[in-house]
Amino acid sequence: MQEYFYLLLSEIYKILFLLVPVLVSVAMIVWLDRRMWAFVQKRRGPNVVGPFGLFQSLADALKYLFKEIIIPASSNKIIFILAPIVTMTLALIAWAVIPFSEDFVLADINVGILYIFAVSSLGVYGIIMGGWASNSKYPFLGAIRSAAQMVSYEVSIGIIIINVLLCVGSLNLSDIVLAQEKIWFIVPLFPMFVIFFISALAETNRPPFDLPEAEAELVAGYQTEYSGMMYAMFWLGEYANILLMCSLGSILFLGGWLSPINIYPFDLIPSPIWLILKILLLFILFSLVKAIVPRYRYDQLMRLGWKIFLPFSLFWVVLTASYLLYFNLLPVI
Amino acid sequence: MKISRILKTIFLIDFLTGLLIALKELFKAKKTINYPFEKGKISPRARGEHALRRYPNGEERCIACKLCEAVCPAQAITIESAERSDGSRKTTRYDIDMLKCIYCGLCEESCPVDAIVQGPNFEFATETREELYYNKEKLLANGDRWENVLAANIKADGPYR
Repeated sequence: MQEYFYLLLSEIYKILFLLVPVLVSVAMIVWLDRRMWAFVQKRRGPNVVGPFGLFQSLADALKYLFKEIIIPASSNKIIFILAPIVTMTLALIAWAVIPFSEDFVLADINVGILYIFAVSSLGVYGIIMGGWASNSKYPFLGAIRSAAQMVSYEVSIGIIIINVLLCVGSLNLSDIVLAQEKIWFIVPLFPMFVIFFISALAETNRPPFDLPEAEAELVAGYQTEYSGMMYAMFWLGEYANILLMCSLGSILFLGGWLSPINIYPFDLIPSPIWLILKILLLFILFSLVKAIVPRYRYDQLMRLGWKIFLPFSLFWVVLTASYLLYFNLLPVI
Repeated sequence: MKISRILKTIFLIDFLTGLLIALKELFKAKKTINYPFEKGKISPRARGEHALRRYPNGEERCIACKLCEAVCPAQAITIESAERSDGSRKTTRYDIDMLKCIYCGLCEESCPVDAIVQGPNFEFATETREELYYNKEKLLANGDRWENVLAANIKADGPYR
């Protein structure tokens, strides 16, 4: 009994050791996002709270905490309250399989990539539930759009992942990283990386694919009826998802925790730092895209997903498979 | 579609150009001012918070002619007057409902003695509505507080009136 208790405690400790930094970095990344956006537009961005405005997100969180939570009278209350919880939980549990170094991973399961894929597919439920339970026009339209969009782009993300898996021969995320010791997959699979990046933008409802919350048309999409801490939880979940997609991108294509220059002074840098740097690089790209690209029209979004990305990534799967087969490079397990 | 257009689309040339421009703009000087810490220049004609001015000897300028009350399109001004012991006509009440006021500046233009003016202060937000129902004391206090700026502004703007 006691051993079981200690095991439980150590697991909880490990989970907190992972989740607290993730939540803190989500707060920091919101600040970074706003700041980058402002800088591209030659504004100043949040710069008052704390040094360089670093504590802006904490101040915002405090504000949300003290705000009243308004639940619309005509809403389905249970689902309405459940929706942000589902969004945030799903955004956080996917972090369990992300390997930060060779031995630091919470759950080293053999189907890590499938797990992440499944969890991020479930993410659409939070949005659908929020939009449906609000029982009002804009959230409903936003939720419908979001569902269609996330489902469409998940297909192409799935096929891109198949590309990587063909080269690795394993679904374990640590194996995927270790397979890139000779060459990062961004080099042979560069077009796939580009498509992955764009699909990740669509998957996380980031501009230019932020149709579910297109403020010019839908007020705030599925978040319209939410307020206070529930709104903040949607917000947190969204940014945690973005971070997750960035880390997935760096694990699949940028060599995860592997160091790009493996010579003396640089190999002293611990491997989690490299992963964090790569995530940061991808996130900066995310926020730059937000600043420079105008929002897609809905039919353009669907056309891009189904008529361009899907056939192209399928074609690339065939290409990769035939190349590996022809040159006898298929990974041996 | 032209071939060049298709190639441009496939290789994301437009997107990359945009990214490059964004990266360049990232490090340029900011165009906005750091508002609460630095403030923009305000024209002498700025129509901000109201003030009632005095003559240099301390006497109120307002003669209770009620032109401002009559001209006010939002009917924000309420004036009551009475004859004082020295025979001069002065206001006993001069209220401006700052929530009704539309800051058109007609009161200032109609005033024959430059008594009611709109100063350069625009930062007078309050926490309750009641604090924005200005009475005569508040307006005169404003006048005393801003007199230097108000006099300079009226002088600077005089030639164009």
